[in-house]
Amino acid sequence: MNPALQGLITIIVGVGGCVGYFWLSNQVLDKVLFPARGDDAGRNINRANQIRPWLFLFPAIFALGLYLAYPVVETLRLSLTDRDAGGAFVGLENYRRMMAEDTFWEAMRNNMLWLIVVPAASTAIGLLVAQLTDRIAWGAIAKSLIFMPMAISFVGASVIFKLIYDARPAGQAQIGVMNAVWLQFDGGPMSFIMLRLLPAIILIAFIAVVAYVAWIFLKPFFDTSLRKGGAVIQAMRGVFAIVAAWLIFLSLRSLWGVFTITYAYGEPQQWLTIPFWNNFFLMVVLIWIQTGFAMVILSAALRGIPEETIEAAIIDGANPFQIFFKIKVPQIMGTIVVVWTTITLVVLKVFDIVFAMTNGQWDTQVLANYMYDKLFRSLDWGVGSASAMIIMLLVSPILIWNVWSARKEMK
Amino acid sequence: MDNIAGSKSSLTWAVHISVALLVALWLFPTVGLFVSSFRTADQISSSGWWASMFAAEQNEVYRTADPDGTRVADGDMFVVSGNIFEAGLEGRSISRWGTSSRDVSAYAVGETADMGDGETMVLEADGSYEWRGTDDQISGRGQRIFATVTAPPDFTTENYETVLLSGNNTDNMAKAFYSTLTVTIPATIIPIVIAAFAAYALAWMDFPGRALLIACVVGLLVVPLQLALIPLLKLHLGIGIGKGYLGVWLAHTGFGLPLAIYLLRNYMVGLPRDIIENAKVDGATDFQIFTKIILPLSFPALASFAIFQFLWTWNDLLVARVFLIDSSGTTTVMTSQIVELLGTRGGNWEILATAAFVSIAVPLVVFFAMQRYLVRGLLAGSVK
Repeated sequence: MNPALQGLITIIVGVGGCVGYFWLSNQVLDKVLFPARGDDAGRNINRANQIRPWLFLFPAIFALGLYLAYPVVETLRLSLTDRDAGGAFVGLENYRRMMAEDTFWEAMRNNMLWLIVVPAASTAIGLLVAQLTDRIAWGAIAKSLIFMPMAISFVGASVIFKLIYDARPAGQAQIGVMNAVWLQFDGGPMSFIMLRLLPAIILIAFIAVVAYVAWIFLKPFFDTSLRKGGAVIQAMRGVFAIVAAWLIFLSLRSLWGVFTITYAYGEPQQWLTIPFWNNFFLMVVLIWIQTGFAMVILSAALRGIPEETIEAAIIDGANPFQIFFKIKVPQIMGTIVVVWTTITLVVLKVFDIVFAMTNGQWDTQVLANYMYDKLFRSLDWGVGSASAMIIMLLVSPILIWNVWSARKEMK
Repeated sequence: MDNIAGSKSSLTWAVHISVALLVALWLFPTVGLFVSSFRTADQISSSGWWASMFAAEQNEVYRTADPDGTRVADGDMFVVSGNIFEAGLEGRSISRWGTSSRDVSAYAVGETADMGDGETMVLEADGSYEWRGTDDQISGRGQRIFATVTAPPDFTTENYETVLLSGNNTDNMAKAFYSTLTVTIPATIIPIVIAAFAAYALAWMDFPGRALLIACVVGLLVVPLQLALIPLLKLHLGIGIGKGYLGVWLAHTGFGLPLAIYLLRNYMVGLPRDIIENAKVDGATDFQIFTKIILPLSFPALASFAIFQFLWTWNDLLVARVFLIDSSGTTTVMTSQIVELLGTRGGNWEILATAAFVSIAVPLVVFFAMQRYLVRGLLAGSVK
């Protein structure tokens, strides 16, 4: 049968079936089970109304249970069993085997890098664009164009960026922009400014931001009047501070590296095969896609800021930067966190980009692709499920926070 | 600054420039793909796509017409004349040229090249030539001409013909296009219907456990679908659905439901209570209220979710690979076919770029046509 016809029939059957189910089940409830007439009309109406919500909900609950809740449990079970041994319970054996693999740790390391860089960059650029476009006449068009990559598939974006990273042998015309630009550098003063000074400035700015945030987190340790919250909060502050210190250490090391590295001027580079840095070339794809999302949400939040607060700041003589960082950003902090976590979720599940561009070669493995590899290439369901559970574990703080804030909002 | 009458920031021009730069930076990648899809393989490999916008200078080899049959006697000499540019290459112009590969730019246009023993050649900028020589010299094959040619921007729709109409099995996307469409449309509509009923119940009906259910939906919003792959594939294979359209429709329905319910419920809760209560007083049943009042009023939310789900199912690779595409590969979707093209035809940018653009075009159209609803959905889905 022609798939298009099959699709049409499915739409009719599916939609018709759903509507038919809802209509018929309501009819049965009202006319047959609890008819609203006779002696117990009133009681029947009440009973029918108690059951009706479940008629409305049944298909959804069934689908959610079968397609999302059951798999969580089943994956947990699979991760604790051995498929080759007929599904025997093996405890944490699969996890142990997974932890023993270098690829897994490589995927974890890369995922952590993704988790830091992509949400930070997307949110920061999104916020910047939202702020800049807010007050210019053609802002709507600019926003719409920056938002556009949202509609492009990860696979499509991968093709787009593969063209950008394309490399041809030295001597031929370069058709990838990256290499075309790269070959313009020759080690002269311009190269020094662009390849050493500019990255150094960016790194120093990054260090300053991290240090500032770390200071905010550490302040209560020195100033007892600011100390509130229990031991858990204090412990989290400590963890944040350690992460920040580590980031600063890494940045300082890179800063040293920026000035000492010898660049291969004049040689076309296979960008996607340069270990460590290729991760960033892959991240650029996701940042390119997600910035529009961050921008749209943050732009709405910026518009929601009460005008009086800004006017008061202007009257008090605040400059545009002070207004932005001290008046606006604190007021939309909640939204920034939401955007950050939403992008974090996307990053944790990132699969298509790595799959299409490098397939995890040259040290670019990430968890989702590692899992796909295990499940469908090595057919190792135990380790595959175990790595899926790791993704679930990484997601669960966000899950708990989401549920908690949703409940708080409803009360 | 900031909307205070009479004050204008001196930074305005800087803002304009930085926004323009950012927009250009963001557009550049897509434009590159778009432009490349209209260039031939030779053009793509001989110059960057950004160069195609301008007249490009390149070295090319041409050949005059074969003397036998075209030569004309002129006294005791013979002459072959014509134009080295065939039909379709008009608009090109020559700056330098030569008759030997050792010196491809020996002569200026209009200059007479002495090829020895009285054999001469004259080439004009428009490509017309006159080749003159003795009976012996003007025979055999046509004379080779090396020319430095300035070609005007030249684009072709040939790639689209290959990808959509002709083209062999690996290149032709037409089937994958229909396949993607077949996956997408039911996978967009069915979750909407199911979610709308559930959202109504969660928003406007009173029953024990409602808050718990809402919390569950919020929790399931973030469950990674990676977890569902193996258990559900096992389930599908076990109950006989196997790999195919039905399986992928069901999977997309399941994965799309939490967001659908969440978005629609949030929207429906905000509808005015009076309308619903008035309808109840007038004797409308819940089913009638839902179909006659709630659904029409919820159109913006329905549209938002429909766009999300459409973009998500159209752009999806993972779910299709796991639940749809079997070893025969007859039901491959576009994203999957492009990944395969990346593997097998990594260097054939004309095919890759065109295939990718075909798959991107539909979401882009939907995006620009319905951006308003998409933004609204995003705001409702994440800020709450």
